[in-house]
Amino acid sequence: MTLDTLLQNIANGISLGSLYALIAIGYTMVYGIIRLINFAHADLLMVAAYVAFFGIAVFVLPWWLSFLLAIIFTTVLGVLIEKVAYRPLRSAPRISALISAIGVSYLLENLGIVVLGARPRPFPRPESLVWNINLGNISFLSLAIIIPVITIILLIAVTLFVNKTKMGTAMRAVSRDFETASLMAVDVDKVISTTFAVGSALAAVGGIMWGMQYPQIDPLMGVFPGLKCFIAAVMGGIGSVPGAMLGGFILGMGEVMIVGFMPGLSGYRDAFAFIVLILILLFKPGGLLGENVVEKV
Amino acid sequence: MMRKRKSLILISVVALVAFVLAGCGGNSTENSGDSDVVKIGVYEPLTGTNAAGGEMTVEGIKLANKLHPEVLGKKVELIIVDNKSEKQEAANAVSRLVDEDVNVIIGSYSSSLSMAGGPVAKDAGVPVIGCSPTNPAVTLGNEYYFRVCFIDPFQGTVMAKYAVEELGAKTAAIIQDVQQDYSVGLNNYFEKAFKELTGNDNAIVTKVNYNTGDKDFSAQLTEVKAKNPDVVFAPGNFTESGILVEKAREMGITAPFLGGDTWETTEFLNRVGKLKDIYFSTHFTAEHPVTDVSKEFLEKFKEEYPDKEVNAFGALGFDAYLLALDAIERAGSTDREAIREALSETKGFEGATGIISLDENGDASKTAIIKKVEDGNFVYVTKVEPN
Repeated sequence: MTLDTLLQNIANGISLGSLYALIAIGYTMVYGIIRLINFAHADLLMVAAYVAFFGIAVFVLPWWLSFLLAIIFTTVLGVLIEKVAYRPLRSAPRISALISAIGVSYLLENLGIVVLGARPRPFPRPESLVWNINLGNISFLSLAIIIPVITIILLIAVTLFVNKTKMGTAMRAVSRDFETASLMAVDVDKVISTTFAVGSALAAVGGIMWGMQYPQIDPLMGVFPGLKCFIAAVMGGIGSVPGAMLGGFILGMGEVMIVGFMPGLSGYRDAFAFIVLILILLFKPGGLLGENVVEKV
Repeated sequence: MMRKRKSLILISVVALVAFVLAGCGGNSTENSGDSDVVKIGVYEPLTGTNAAGGEMTVEGIKLANKLHPEVLGKKVELIIVDNKSEKQEAANAVSRLVDEDVNVIIGSYSSSLSMAGGPVAKDAGVPVIGCSPTNPAVTLGNEYYFRVCFIDPFQGTVMAKYAVEELGAKTAAIIQDVQQDYSVGLNNYFEKAFKELTGNDNAIVTKVNYNTGDKDFSAQLTEVKAKNPDVVFAPGNFTESGILVEKAREMGITAPFLGGDTWETTEFLNRVGKLKDIYFSTHFTAEHPVTDVSKEFLEKFKEEYPDKEVNAFGALGFDAYLLALDAIERAGSTDREAIREALSETKGFEGATGIISLDENGDASKTAIIKKVEDGNFVYVTKVEPN
């Protein structure tokens, strides 16, 4: 492998890994607060991509306005989903909420197929955001820089929000024990709604970036990133925001490198993701940066 | 108390829905004993990664049904089932059609889906006519499966010949979707023909894989770029291929891209319309109608679907339906076994995509068309006759 090829592979790995990281952060944040793996997260990503698509391609709005609308719409939808599908199950066993989440995921996907049609549509790339960068023999999209920057900014913002604000403190209290927190005058409903609002906004940003990076969107587009980013979040330690970032990068870089170093094995890159996941969970069951909490019986 | 009432309402709603749905089911079974109707089952991918291909095929079938709604004095009823672009669902779809008592089945777009449906049809003894599955294994060893298109040993050779003789290629890279029998099969035939034509056993400089549904091809393309081949052969689903070819050009790979018949879709064109040096083989071209049926098809298609492009899959769907009717007529009966017998004896059948004669495997031997992408359109390049 020449130096150029190696550098090209690194650029590819950063671009894929940061996208995984961005989506994984949303997964892990919601889990960290309410201990629910929100399977609908990946489908919110699809909704955001479609809103942005309609904004730019159909209503000919400026891209930034379309993106803003997509984020707002997805945030509202995320909060509504929590109200309708998860809140009634808050005192039910955790598995019920999980199944409800899977149900919401299927509902969004199939609603998408019925309303939007199953044929993929080309996602418009705003030219002021996406262009090709050539450095010697290496070429990559401007997104390979934009996405990591956005991911890091959001990572810092989420960390500060959870650790430094009053709402963040309330969130951490709720994540420990929501019944006790509610006795301490914490408005649990409001805290959980906020969690979903932030989580859905993160999904929306992820969806828009995914759409720009791989500009073909369809109602099932969330399934693949959903699975991969869930793996990334578990790998990093589900519930840990920096862990999700780390997991995303390891997964993205690893997938690219296995193809780069062993082209013959390129069909097995998905298997690679699962092998790494299994290995990490064998040696560090809580994930790389997760807390090893013993479940209290 | 409140909660109890709510759940009561919920239960009654569920019961009501179940009742209504059960009612629908009941209606369809009532028809099955009706012998005044000939039932043609269609299983095609209408959702999932191959949705566009299935949709185009069904448009052709529906058009043919509209123009020729009767056979043997009976009304033809189309029963269309979505196989969701999934192999398991393709097998389920055929079982469902068998349960519906269809006389003959048409389908499916995608070789892998057809290979999943084939054994079910064979066990049930229902003849199937494939529109566009080109992998040889679809009909091999299955005397109930026929098709109106050419097969991949021919298609792969055609593209290898074009690469070597017209594009002057001495080396090639192969990119394949390991989950699609179509992609893997076609690549093998291309590889064999390309090595023979160049007389060089190392003419294929690299072979990289991906999986259906992948969106990131940067790593595979980095490998291809490093090997600097004269041409890249990358047949696969149009969804993945569109992203792949676009990405390749972004990364500065300028070698011509070659593919197969699956590329002829609007989805693919939307992605790569502005790019250059993209060639593929297909079954039909509007520029050179080969038979009277082609002309009829072109004319009626434009009437029926004024804002859609005429395409090979619509034409093959059209032909599959007409061949089914022709076989029923020749058999003089709607008996499945008689139709199978008649289909296997098909000689010189005139379809929109050409003259169809089926060999002992049930495969058609037909002209291949080569098209390229130019200024946002598919443009006819040349045609290659089977030898």
